[in-house]
This record gives sequence, C-alpha cells and structure tokens, in this order.
Amino acid sequence: MAHTDNSPLIRAIYTDDDLVLSAVKTLREKGMKIKEVYSPFPIHGLDKALGLKETRIAMAAFMYGLFGLTVAITLTAYMMNFDWPQNIGGKPSMTWGMNMPAFVPILFELTVFFAAHLMVWTFMIINRLYPGAKEQNPDPRTTDDHFMIEVHSVKGVMDVLKASGAKEISEA
Amino acid sequence: MHYESNVREPLILGDKSYTDITNDVARPIETKAPRLWWIAFSIALTMMLWGFGCIAYTIGTGIGVWGLNKTVGWAWDITNFVWWVGIGHAGTLISAVLLLFRQKWRMAINRSAEAMTIFSVIQAGLFPLIHMGRLWLAYWVFPFPNQYGSLWVNFNSPLLWDVFAISTYLTVSTVFWYTGLIPDFAMIRDRAINPLQKHIYRILSFGWGGKAKAWQRFEEVSLVLAGLATPLVLSVHTIVSMDFATSVIPGWHTTIFPPYFVAGAIFSGFAMVQTLLLIVRKIFKMEDYITIQHIEMMNIVIMVTGSIVGVAYITELFIAWYSGVEYEQYAFLNRATGPYWWAYWSMMTCNVFSPQFMWIKRLRTNLIFTFLISIVVNIGMWFERFVIIVTSLHRDYLPSSWAMFSPTFVDIGIFLGTIGFFFVLFLLYARTFPVIAQAELKTILKSSGDSQKQNHDPNGAH
Repeated sequence: MAHTDNSPLIRAIYTDDDLVLSAVKTLREKGMKIKEVYSPFPIHGLDKALGLKETRIAMAAFMYGLFGLTVAITLTAYMMNFDWPQNIGGKPSMTWGMNMPAFVPILFELTVFFAAHLMVWTFMIINRLYPGAKEQNPDPRTTDDHFMIEVHSVKGVMDVLKASGAKEISEA
Repeated sequence: MHYESNVREPLILGDKSYTDITNDVARPIETKAPRLWWIAFSIALTMMLWGFGCIAYTIGTGIGVWGLNKTVGWAWDITNFVWWVGIGHAGTLISAVLLLFRQKWRMAINRSAEAMTIFSVIQAGLFPLIHMGRLWLAYWVFPFPNQYGSLWVNFNSPLLWDVFAISTYLTVSTVFWYTGLIPDFAMIRDRAINPLQKHIYRILSFGWGGKAKAWQRFEEVSLVLAGLATPLVLSVHTIVSMDFATSVIPGWHTTIFPPYFVAGAIFSGFAMVQTLLLIVRKIFKMEDYITIQHIEMMNIVIMVTGSIVGVAYITELFIAWYSGVEYEQYAFLNRATGPYWWAYWSMMTCNVFSPQFMWIKRLRTNLIFTFLISIVVNIGMWFERFVIIVTSLHRDYLPSSWAMFSPTFVDIGIFLGTIGFFFVLFLLYARTFPVIAQAELKTILKSSGDSQKQNHDPNGAH
C-alpha cells in the first residue's frame, strides 16, 4: 500500500479474525491508512474490506496457456510436417491441419504445463517468495493464531485500535 | 460470518482453537517418531533396497531377466505402471475436483492425498524407464535437436502422448502441492526452537508471511491450479488407456477404455487414500480431523466408482458379443474361462462385489472393515490391469504362438520394491511435512468446528 509515508508504524495484534475484519472496516471509514494485515489463514472478505484490487494472476495464467498452445503447435508442425514428414500408420502428414487430431493430447498437455508452471513462478516472484527468504511477518505468532494490523501512526489511530478489541498494541 | 446448519455434522471434532490445530499438525514433526513408525519404515526400506537391487540387475543384464516372452511382451511392468498412475489420481481428484465443487471435507485429507499422488506417479514413472533397457538413453523420449537427421520423436504415438502427460502431471501436481505447503511450512518455521530445524523450514517456507495481498493471490492460484488439474487428471488416464485402445489387439481396441480407466483410477486411488489415512490418523492421533465422516465420504466414492467399473466390465462383454467379431469374442471368453480365469474372477470379486458392502452404513463407518476393503480393492485393481494386459496378449492369432506368462523373482522384486519406495517416501513425508493443510483448515473452524457449532443458536437461526 502506501510506500511513501514515513510516519512510524503501529502494530496491533488480534486473536480473532472477525475483530480484524471489523477493525479494518472502522480504520478505513475513518480514513486511516492500513499498511498491511498478517494472518495465519485467508480471511474471507478481507481483500474487499482493505480495498485491494482484484488479482490478475488468473488472466496471466490464461496468457501463459495460450503461449503453451503456440509452443505445442510450433513444435508439432515443425517436427512432424515440415522438417521431416513421414508416413506413420497412414496418418496424413501433408499439412498440420490434417495431422492435427493426433496432436490434441500434446496441445492440451503443453497448454496446461505452461499455464500452471509460469503462473506459479509469477506468484512466487510478485510475492517475493524464494528458498531461504527472510520471513515477511514481523511477529511469529501470526502464522499460528494471531493476526496483525500494521497502520501508520496518525492522530486518533490508537483510540480506534484500542476500541477494536486488540490484544496488544505496539510501536515499531 | 457464515455459519453452517447444525444438521451438517462437524468436520473438526473436539473443543479446538486455532492453536490446537497448529499444535496437532506440528506434533508429528516436533516429537520423536513412534515405534510403529520405525517398524514400518524399516520394512519399507528393506523392500525398497531389494527392489533397487532387482532394478540394477535388470539394467545390468537386460530385460531378459523378466518373465516376458515373444508373445507376452508387456506384463508386470505395464501392469504396475498403470496401477501406480491410477492410484495417484485420487490425490488430484480430492484436491482439485473437490475444491471446484466446494467440498470442505477435502481440507483434512488433501495434503496427504496429494503426497500420495506424487509418490505413486514417481513409482509409475520408473517402469517405462527401466523397460527401455538402456536407461541412459531415456532422454530420447523428448524432442531434442540431434545429429541423426534430425530425427524427431513421433507425436502421432500414444506412447509419446504418455511421456508428455505423465511429465506434466507429475510436475504440475508437485507445484500444486508445494504452493499449498508454503504457509504451513511457515507455521512450522515460526514455532521451531531448534536452529537447524528453523533454518530448514525457513528455506522450505520461501519467506511466507501471510500478507493480505499474498493470501488473495494464493487463493486465486489454488483455484486456477485446481481448474487446470481437473482436466489434466482426466487426460492423463485417458492417454494411458490410449496406449492400449489405439492398438489393434482384440481386448484392447475399445472406445470404452478412457472413461473406464478413469473410473478405475479414482476407485483404486481412493482405496489407497483410505489405507494410508487410516494408518496416519491412528499413528499421529488425527482422529479429530480425519473423522468417521471423512472415511464414510470416501467409502461412498469407492462404492460409486466401483459400480461404474462393474458396469464397464459388463459393457465390454456385451459389446464383444454384439460386435460379432470372432477375435474380440474369443478374447473375452478366454479372459473369463481360459487359463487366467482365476485372475479375471479375482478382479470381479475384488472390484465389483466387495465395494457393494458399502451400501450398508454400519459397514462403511467401520474402520477395520474399511481398511480391509481398501486393501482388497487395490489387489483387485492390480488384477484388472494384469487381466487386460496379459490375457489379451497371451493367445496370439496363431495357436503356435500361444504362451503363458510367469513372473521371475526380478519382476516380483521390482514390484515389491516400488511398494517399499512408495512407503519410504510417504513415511518420511509424514514425519517432516505438515500432514494436514492447517491454514486451510483454520478457515472452516468457525463454520464447521464442533465446539463453535454448539455455541451458536441450536435452531439454526443466526
């Protein structure tokens, strides 16, 4: 979210996901910027409450799938119909179009292969996940049963957090 | 907050909190292995090493050490290949198809089922590789530029489709599994006390921190991977069946094969999931998560797919008669009444009759009975593949070419070896990986947990 804001951070710890959701809603109603929310599991409706844009990763996967299909068409056409066409089992090898029914499994498999793998690579890269990366959560309890809201310290934010049922509030 | 009707039975039993789930999932990793684990591991390791010895002997000497002859050129190797691939299918079905259908009971079992998928596809992949004889030339199955012409692989061949299908299936299942594991590895990392353990799980968890945007993408990625894996799993066994169906051997050349093989794959895969999970829930005390209800659901799937398989067997017989093709008719008559009648009737008993007991609720909720049936079904499905492969081949067109197949100790050794290898992998997994997708399970604690269900209005109003 806001990267340019240099005001100190306040971290509020919660033990219930419903409290997190209502705290996020109150903070946003009051126009206070939320830097990040850490949770041990996906909270239903949190992305909408935070006003996050919908992810476009599914569209990326579709594009990768089209790319895989193109690779498969190129591969089969070049190898079977252009570079060295052969009569195999009487299957027509004159044009790719005539030979295509025999390639359907390959076209399908490569589409899935590229879509799945490239999408997961994209997911890892945009979330900065890689083997040995330093843990992104500031408090280790947030992968167990605690939840954390990180907000920029502005006037009145402490009162909102205290009223929202936070277990601990600390300045980072 | 969404509450579920009290009519639905809880998916998580006992008075559990989020921390309880964390502790229960981390316990097998953080405590010493039970004695039973060591006993099972030693047996599996011995079998695996014996199998590796037999594989080394096969590669060193040649395929002649197997029981194959010029009539029966495919036997246990392909039987085992199809059997293992089929077992793998249940994992994808549970994690992908049930995710698309929004079946929440999958959450307690999907992790282990996916592990089973990956480990059994590894076993399956071994067989075509060693059957090549010259293992060091295995890369010839891939289209790579070469100096022989260039000579390319034949994309018209179902055997090559299989190469692409199995490779795609193995790698896509692995990334699907691993993506789901990342938040759970992070959980283990964050509570690890031993520095070495913390370091290992830090590497494995890729730095996951559970940020809101990361979760949003995570859920989307899981959904898209499920959408991709669903047609993938159907395509894999369809293509495996085409190895047979596109040939002109009576008994193989049938259009019913793809759906029939897929149903059989789900059938045997669920049976293997039952076998494994009944052991896991007992050894690692996961009874509150893998409940009787989970076992019952899977038994119902076994019953339905077993019946589909039964219908397929009968359809095959009918079509053989109805086709009027003498060779086709003989192939099926020979299966049921020829020298391999015992294999055919073992298959029929194990696969068609035994799952019918699951119509009775008392039997399908009985753990010992379920365990026995799960073993019986896997034996039956092994016989199915053996019957399809060997009995269709052993009486060739010319009676002078008729032959019988009997396995050598190497055939048997390799098969037992893959069972050992599979269990070695699975037992190691069960001690080092979070065996339940705990992050996912925590999302349903409030709606489907036992204690939470009791707390809100018993009349279902909220």
